[in-house]
Amino acid sequence: MSKTLPTSDEQGKGASRRDFLKWSGAAVAVSLTPSVVTRAAGERADETIAGFFEKMPLKLEVNGKLHQLQVEPRTTLLDLLREQIGLTGTKKGCDQGQCGACTVHVNGRRINSCLSLAVMNEGQKITTIEGLAKGDELHPLQEAFIKHDAFQCGYCTPGQIMSGVACINEGHAGSADEIREFMSGNLCRCGAYPHIVDAILETKKGGNNL
Amino acid sequence: MGNYFFETEGPIDRVDGKQKVTGQALYAGEYPLEKLCYGVLVGSSIARGNITAIATKEAENAAGVLAVITHLNRPAIPGYTGEGDSGPAGMKLMSSPAIYFAGQPVALVIADTFERAQHAASLVKVAYKTTESSTDLSTQLSKAAAPRRGKSEYSRGEKNAYKKAAVWIEEDYVIPHEVHNPMELGSITAVWNGDQLTVYDKTQGVKASQRSYAQLFGVPQDNVRVVAPFVGGGFGMALRTWPYEVAAVMGARKVGQPLKLMLSRSQMFTLVGYRPHTIQQVGIGATRDGILTGISHDATAATASYEEFTEGVVRMTQFMYSCANVDTRYRLVPLDVSVPTWMRGPGEATGAFALESALDELAYKLDMDALDLRKKNYAYTDPESGLPYSSKFLMDCYDQGAEKIGWYKRNRQPRSMKNGEWLEGYGMSSGVFGAHRPAATARAVLAADGSLLVQSAASDIGPGTGTAMVKIAADVLGLPYDKVRFELGDSRLPPAPTQGGSGTNSGVGAAVHDVCTAVKEKLILAMNEGKAGFSKQPQQEWLFEKGRIGNGAESISFSDLLKNMGQSAIDLTRDSKSGEERQKYAFYSFSVHFTRLWVHARTGVVRIKQIVTVADAGKIVSEKTARSQMVGGAIGGIGMALMEEAVFDHRFGRMVNNNFADYHIPVNADVPDIDTIFINKPDPYINPMGAKGMGEIALIGYAASVTNAIYHATGKRIRELPVTPDKLL
Repeated sequence: MSKTLPTSDEQGKGASRRDFLKWSGAAVAVSLTPSVVTRAAGERADETIAGFFEKMPLKLEVNGKLHQLQVEPRTTLLDLLREQIGLTGTKKGCDQGQCGACTVHVNGRRINSCLSLAVMNEGQKITTIEGLAKGDELHPLQEAFIKHDAFQCGYCTPGQIMSGVACINEGHAGSADEIREFMSGNLCRCGAYPHIVDAILETKKGGNNL
Repeated sequence: MGNYFFETEGPIDRVDGKQKVTGQALYAGEYPLEKLCYGVLVGSSIARGNITAIATKEAENAAGVLAVITHLNRPAIPGYTGEGDSGPAGMKLMSSPAIYFAGQPVALVIADTFERAQHAASLVKVAYKTTESSTDLSTQLSKAAAPRRGKSEYSRGEKNAYKKAAVWIEEDYVIPHEVHNPMELGSITAVWNGDQLTVYDKTQGVKASQRSYAQLFGVPQDNVRVVAPFVGGGFGMALRTWPYEVAAVMGARKVGQPLKLMLSRSQMFTLVGYRPHTIQQVGIGATRDGILTGISHDATAATASYEEFTEGVVRMTQFMYSCANVDTRYRLVPLDVSVPTWMRGPGEATGAFALESALDELAYKLDMDALDLRKKNYAYTDPESGLPYSSKFLMDCYDQGAEKIGWYKRNRQPRSMKNGEWLEGYGMSSGVFGAHRPAATARAVLAADGSLLVQSAASDIGPGTGTAMVKIAADVLGLPYDKVRFELGDSRLPPAPTQGGSGTNSGVGAAVHDVCTAVKEKLILAMNEGKAGFSKQPQQEWLFEKGRIGNGAESISFSDLLKNMGQSAIDLTRDSKSGEERQKYAFYSFSVHFTRLWVHARTGVVRIKQIVTVADAGKIVSEKTARSQMVGGAIGGIGMALMEEAVFDHRFGRMVNNNFADYHIPVNADVPDIDTIFINKPDPYINPMGAKGMGEIALIGYAASVTNAIYHATGKRIRELPVTPDKLL
């Protein structure tokens, strides 16, 4: 750890991509809307303008509904769902792809949404826990989770269910041991694992159309 | 008791299950609010020293940033007064340049989006003057001292009597630093409206949090509302108000907007407590035929330099077994680490590992069965207080668990059972925890449509509090489950205790029982007055079933009876608490854990093959959720036994495995099927349901059943957790 700090003049002198964007963004803004820039000529204008120009258009389908959005490239699919689209059923447990709480389906395939940038999902079909039930009729695995008490606090549950549905569809739910293996990317601190296995096994055996 | 339970329907499903499986359950960081902004905490990169300079200009100028708060410009927090331990929030937040542990919050960055707040937080630059830090308990034992508060030493009979015994052992047992890590991150959303504060909070106690915020921010308690209907796990982590929560409330006030703050997973390792690294020595001795003649238990635990944390590490030794000579000592070593807090089982789980391992060692030295040794020294009255037990069915636990796992069919010789390259082992251990009944208040409203609403400011961090309360209410009044609704997790509701120490089901359950009984009495009074208009009158005992009251021949719905009574509702509130029975009896819940496992002879890999866990927790209110709680405790115990250890680089005082890839907790593939057995006999004195607590005993002692089984499988005694494969090679 350095014992001294850069002065505020020196701070931010490094030529980062973001600094370049601030510059070029400001230049474009001047040519387009000079009055806006003049008004924004306060201390933070450069960052504000850079922020505006750093947003990218994104079209994607979530639970059958089309969304047209402007998002920052650094926004994850998880944060897009939770903070911009308002679907908080997908949980944030680590932001590092280590816990599985944020599991969603992209075109039917399970992924950790915290490891996927939102802009990487252009044109994709996303399914979250909110999109699993058909109206009031729960998905068979949701029913089985309730029946087998396959959760306690409920925080990992949406990820477990999304993962469980995919686990069955992938053909990885042939036995209790296989389920244990293919569900081990979804952590549960309350310790509902045996009941999660029961719920998935029963749903698989039920032969329900998932 | 007794007659109140009609077992109206079969096992009850979790009442909030549908919300949890559909993603509709809202946790603390999920409330949609206008003008919401986001806070991110910057942590200290050194463990001890002082901030010499802090540069915030670049962060302040970053897009969307609303404020950057450090010790140089922190708004006043009126409740921070005086020196030393600083009340509900522990370490004073950004109060001075002083650094007490790595990760300590040094700045709060607030911005209009999460990404912008996170980016701006990375722009805050801090310079420190570092002083030498000390984070390793094992090298600092000479600094051990009695806690400033509480009792440090206990003895009955003769001290160190074990050394005079015919057969004795004396060994050291070590528990590493373990972290709760509930799946939900520490989360809070704070909203100020003038001097009114609403906090959506990850807390195990909405009333306690309400008191904390009122005191800290100098507003009347009634101005503060704490909301937490869903809590994504706690395990003790959310028993108190932490600096990150204070930061969010302070930040929201500063920027005049609702503020959300969610800790990162790595911050969960350093900002919200943990089970402290504890080094214990147990000496235990017996006659040649296995009668205990002395137990000495000495524990030294880590705590923070800036705040003292104590827990009951040596408690179990004082009261678990019949033994005339027992002495214990508990001391602390302050280190440059954040303050620990209770983690499930709390200190008793730490102590049980040592005591229950030592008993196993002694049993082998005596050439006696480990279960027989425990039975031989069974306490029929509480050895500590001399009081009779309110109820104790531990012997039934021993017998039923042993039968289920085939305990007496094993070959007791170590390393005698093999399966190919795998060595097989059986181990057992016991657990015990005080069965409490904290005071609580509940309100019941029987509405005109015959449905019942029950309210209490209880919490549900996962055990299924709402479910158990609905069950109790439905059973008292003979109502179908779907006619009963229980509201919890809001400080505006009638007061309830914080969810911790296995007390909620007992204390809140008693209040729910009492208020529902009062409603029932009103209905009975009306029936006795002939309000039902039955042809035959009156009746000695009315039958309450499926929302109706009757005499076998005729019946009337609650709804019609209310109409006949000329009342639109019955609305009652009752306080409920323990009485003088607490002075007459010793109240404890008990558990016994059996584990069968395999150890791979050449690689040291351990596979748990079977678990039988047995509880004497009195009457089981809701069997389905109770099973989940017992199963969860055993799984937490697997983590404690085989995986969990926060590793420090002591040169810098920093944790190096503060993420789920490096700090392992059990995953699905680590866990076998688990049999849970409930003795399910009501305790006659604890509360009207006869239900004792279960949250702690589910975990307490479990880890020793694993290490004892590993000894049986391999002949290797591991006294330092976790038992990673390297220790078995």
